[in-house]
Parts: sequence; structure tokens; C-alpha cells
Amino acid sequence: MPLVNGGKIIDDSFVKLAVDTPLPESGDILVPAERFVSEADALLKRAGKIGVIWPNNRDIAELVPYLGKIATVALVFPNFRDGRAYSQARLLRERYGYRGDLRATGQVLRDQFVFMLRAGFDSFEVKKQADAEAFMQTAKRYSVFYQPTGDGRITALHRRMQLRHSEGVGT
Amino acid sequence: MYAYDEIDRTLVNERVSEFRDQVQRRLSGELTEDEFKMLRLQNGVYLQLHAYMFRVAIPYGTLASNQLRALAHVARKYDRGYGHFTTRQNIQFNWIKLSDLPDALADLAEVGIHAMQTSGNNMRNVTSDQWAGVAPGEIEDPRIWSELIRQHTTLHPEFSFLPRKFKIAITASDHDRAAIKVHDIGLRLIKNEKGETGFEVLVGGGLGRTPFIGKTIKHFVHGRDLLSYIEAILRVYNQYGRRDNIYKARIKILVHELGIEKFSREVEEEWQHLRNSSLQIDDEVIEDIRSRFIYPAYEKLPHMPDELRQAAADPDFEAWRKNSVAPHKNPGYSIVTISLKPIGAPPGDATAEQMDALADLADKYSFGELRVGHEQNLALPHVAKRDLPALWKALDKLGLATPNVNLITDIIACPGLDYCSLANARSIPIAQELTRRFANHELANLIGRLHINISGCINACGHHHVGHIGILGVEKNGEEIYQITIGGRADESAALGNLIGPGVKFDEVADVVEDIVEAYLALRERPEELFVDTVKRLGVEPFKERVYATR
Repeated sequence: MPLVNGGKIIDDSFVKLAVDTPLPESGDILVPAERFVSEADALLKRAGKIGVIWPNNRDIAELVPYLGKIATVALVFPNFRDGRAYSQARLLRERYGYRGDLRATGQVLRDQFVFMLRAGFDSFEVKKQADAEAFMQTAKRYSVFYQPTGDGRITALHRRMQLRHSEGVGT
Repeated sequence: MYAYDEIDRTLVNERVSEFRDQVQRRLSGELTEDEFKMLRLQNGVYLQLHAYMFRVAIPYGTLASNQLRALAHVARKYDRGYGHFTTRQNIQFNWIKLSDLPDALADLAEVGIHAMQTSGNNMRNVTSDQWAGVAPGEIEDPRIWSELIRQHTTLHPEFSFLPRKFKIAITASDHDRAAIKVHDIGLRLIKNEKGETGFEVLVGGGLGRTPFIGKTIKHFVHGRDLLSYIEAILRVYNQYGRRDNIYKARIKILVHELGIEKFSREVEEEWQHLRNSSLQIDDEVIEDIRSRFIYPAYEKLPHMPDELRQAAADPDFEAWRKNSVAPHKNPGYSIVTISLKPIGAPPGDATAEQMDALADLADKYSFGELRVGHEQNLALPHVAKRDLPALWKALDKLGLATPNVNLITDIIACPGLDYCSLANARSIPIAQELTRRFANHELANLIGRLHINISGCINACGHHHVGHIGILGVEKNGEEIYQITIGGRADESAALGNLIGPGVKFDEVADVVEDIVEAYLALRERPEELFVDTVKRLGVEPFKERVYATR
């Protein structure tokens, strides 16, 4: 499954560990939430980056004490109809100030890219190669946004205010 | 009317281009039907019994004449020459080809019409009072706020994949014509003691298989906090609404399971985080939206012009005027409801020719503006009283002057088994038969205000729960059976109807309704006591006796 980051398909340096997979000595690892929470101290002492796979039905606030220490948070879309992880993503970015990598996993199709970017995701495990290749093109599809989110894109309401004021000053 | 600016137009065009790409990927096989299903549903495209059905939004029920002409054009060019107005200020086309859809959307986009979020598990078309901005006594025009919400909910990055669909309705009048108590969020515009605009917020209303009347979650949310408060409700719902069972996924079930107190505490806690964010709306933003609503330049005209006085001698005109013409906030003008319920025809249908002709009449008599109401009728919101007789004649020629608004033949019905793949029973033929039974205008007038609502399955698109008489078609052992309720209503005193007894067969429905009506005529205290008030006073029992005594 191709991983898109910064608009490009990149190699995934992370290895996903199951609950009971023995811990590799080095390298970047992605660990399921329950294992992460129970073994956090040991995991964080290890060399190599650590990321956590957080299910969409578990309170994201639990992760707050660790946010400064982890390299990536992978949120899950079990299917693309299930939008709980959008709320988790916005909470991480906008309420808890998480600045690390935020990865979308599961059934990720090109039709969700814009929503995901706006919610704060920056990495995407894309299900289909063609969708991954179309990432940049798709991400630029929209130029108008009605809602303010943590991605900082200017909203239509504010753009109108700017236009009003510049018209007022200029003429 | 709200005039789209370049920003709004750009977004609609970008959506059309995205949808064109999605259809292309489906046609080329790149998308599976399962993947495409959700994508088409985000844009109002259902797969029905015979063809794709295409649902187009008419936000808060306001339509410009050129927009209605564009809808007529779509009906003519891409469909079978007619459209069907729904109970949620949408229009549906029943025979459209998938490959034509992107072009139909592009044609509509030229006049600022779209189909975004008219289906799917997202925030649906925002609905409002079809008399907004013209009703006497209205606090202020609720469409300013409807438009604010329309924009905020369009392609929302967090709430486009909710557990289930989500519907918001707004009213600003004492008499609720927007059915806010049967919406996921109902907003009643009010003023606080300082004269500032705000909203009583209701949550968890809805029909479907588990109907609930909405409960007040907050008595006053200041206008500046409206978006943050709605966002808080949605964030709680998005995270905790059930996703394991489609029939338990609406917010009404979450509110019911948690209880309104606990639910409102959750929302309140979330709202405290959000209320001082960039979601706060300042007055300037509201004024900007208000400035793009175009209001007619009314003339000062007489309340009782000669034309109207003379026409009053014509009993046919008077019959129409009495139930189609309503007072306007400006005394020289009227609001005219146009019945889309001719005797013997499917409720809510209009042909392309009728739509074009109505657009012309709107230009001539109503400052180019029309409205669509949840009762599946249209309205001309600004008709000078002196023009009423001429307008009536023109409507009559078009078959659009049936004098039955709010009477027993002004029936709300879903498409039912004639079109819909979810339906268990026919709705339209029941409505058609009932309009024939009560075709006599004197009889209908004698009965007075009486709303019959018909749904062809438990999903309740025909709002049967809140019909004064509600008819629900179900399937039992391969046969269509109809359950009949009485005493429901969708207005400010919203209530769910009560079942009168065992279901009856297709052929018996009209007889049963006649029995109920006869019982009412015999039981009412005086002619002014409406059917629904008689039911409230006496309960179901006397009606039940009358219906089942001989069955």
C-alpha cells in the first residue's frame, strides 16, 4: 500500500507491530494503542522512532501525555463511511497541539484527501496506487473552503471580509 | 434571494468537476459500485427501482425564476419532462442517466444550484419556513442564518461521514412551518432581553422507524455562537453516535439512550472548548450575508384594490383565494401558495412546461422569486393584491389553481413502491384515490384543515407520523397493508399520531379515511374545531369504533 507524504509517494520506514510481535532491536515501529499504553516506558526508551495506531473508538485524550515523545499517530478509517477519525485528528491538532506526523490508515481513497488534509492529516496510506499517484492533483481540487480548521486555510467568510476591506480602502 | 458571489460559484463548479471525475472512474471500472455508492450519495444520486434518481437542493426553499427554468431544462433534456418536489425543499428527477449527470449538474451550476449533500450520511440541505422574510410577525428573516449554516455545512471536513444523515431546520415565526421539532437539530430564532438574536436549540427529533419529537437542549444560544454550538453537537454525535446498526444511528437514538441531560452536558463541555474559537461569528459576517440577499422594492399599494373587490364576485376565485392566499408583512401584497396537488395526480409533481410558465409568472408577479414548502407545494412570495385575479386565471390555465391548500386533498406522499427501492407499498395511488374521493370542493371545505401524510415504508419520507391522518404502507405476507394513525402534527405543537387499530388492505384505505372523516364531522363541537383538535379532545377511541365496527 503506497504511503503519501508531502504530496509524494515515499518509502514507509515504519514497521507495524501486532500486540504480541517481539520488539525489534532497532528501526521505526508503529504499535497498537493497547500495547503502547501498557509498555510505553520501555517503548519510548528504545532507539528508533515510535508511532502508535489509535483506534477510532478510543478516547484520543489518553494519548496526550505522550504526544511530545512520539513520531507519528496513525488514525484508522475501517471503511471510508466511518468518519470518527476526522474528529480525533482535529482534536489532536487543534486542541492538544500535536505537531508530529498524523497518518490516515485503512480505507483511504482519493475522494477523502481534501477532507483529511483539512482535518490535519499529513501522511496517507492510500489503498490504490492510482489514487496515490493522483494525490497532488486531487489535493488542489478545491480552492474555496467554508469552515475554519487547524490547517489555516482562509475561509470563504474571511476572504469576503478581506475583499470588502480592501475595496473600502482602495476606492 | 441570496445571490451567489464568485466564491460560492467557484466551489459549486469545483464540486461539479470532482463529481465528473467520480462518475468517469465508475464508468471506467476504477471505482467499485460499493465505493461509488457513497460518493454518488454525497451528491444526491440514488439508485432506484427503474433508474438513477437525482435529488437537487433548494436551500431553505428559496428559488429564483431563472433557477426554476434551469430545473425545467434538466427535466426536459435529461429526464422525462417532469420533476417531483419533496418534503425537504428538494426536487427529484426519477429517470436520469448516470452518464448525463455531470452535464446536468454543470447546467444547474450556471444558476447556482447544486445537489451537494442531498443524500448520504452528512449534513443535509438546510430547510426553513417557505414564508421566511415575508410572513407577518416574523422576528427576522431566518434565511440569513440558514445561508450561514448552508455554507458552514457544505463539504465539512469533519462531518461528511457521520453515523447517519443529519437535518437542520430553522423557523423565526410563532407558527412553525418548517417542522423543526422533527429534525435532528431544530432552531427557533428568538431575541433575548437585550434584543439580540439567538436560537432555542432542539435536538433529536426525527421520524423514520423510531419517531421522536425534538427536545430543547439549550434555551438560548446567541447568534454569534450558533456555528460553534452546532459544531459541538456534531462532534459529540460523530464520535458517539451508533455505527453498528443503521436503524439506531440517528442522533435521536443517541439523545434517547444518553438522556437529554447527559447529552447536553457532553455538548456543553465540548462547546466550552469551541465557543471562543474562529467559529465565533461577528456582526460584520452576518451583515455581509444579509447584504447579498436581494429584497424586492415594494410599492405602497392598497390593501383592498378594486381588482380584488370585483373578483370577489366570482365564487371560483374566492374559493381559491380563501385557501391559497395568505397575508404578507406588506399589506398591499400577498403570499400565494401554488397547489401541486391536482385531483387524481401524484402529489408534488410539476412538468417542465409548468415550471417554465411558473418562472414567467414569478417574473411578472413576484419579483422573480418562488418558494418551495415541505408540504410539496410552491409559493409566490410577493404578489401585489391587485394582481391576484390575473394570477389566478393564469394559474388555472396551467392546471395549478386547485383550491385545496391545507385541505384534505393537499396530501403529502413519498414516491412509494412506484419508484423507490426501499418502499414496501404504494403511496401515490393511495393519494390519487383519496383526492378523487374528496374531489368535491364544498365537501373538502366543510371538512376544513386536515393534513393526510402517506409513507410507503417505515423510513417515513411521507412524514406519516405527523399527519393529522397518517398512512403507513408495510408489507405483510406479500401483501400491502396500511397502518393508520390520527392526531399527529408537525407544527409548533408537534405530536406523533396514534394508531387507530389493525392495518387495512390497499383497497380499504380510502374507505377507512372516509369513515374517520365522517366520524369527525359528527363529533366536532363546532365547524371551527379542526380535525386534529377533535382528536386531541376525544382521543382515538370514537374514531376506532367507527372504523372497525363494521370491519
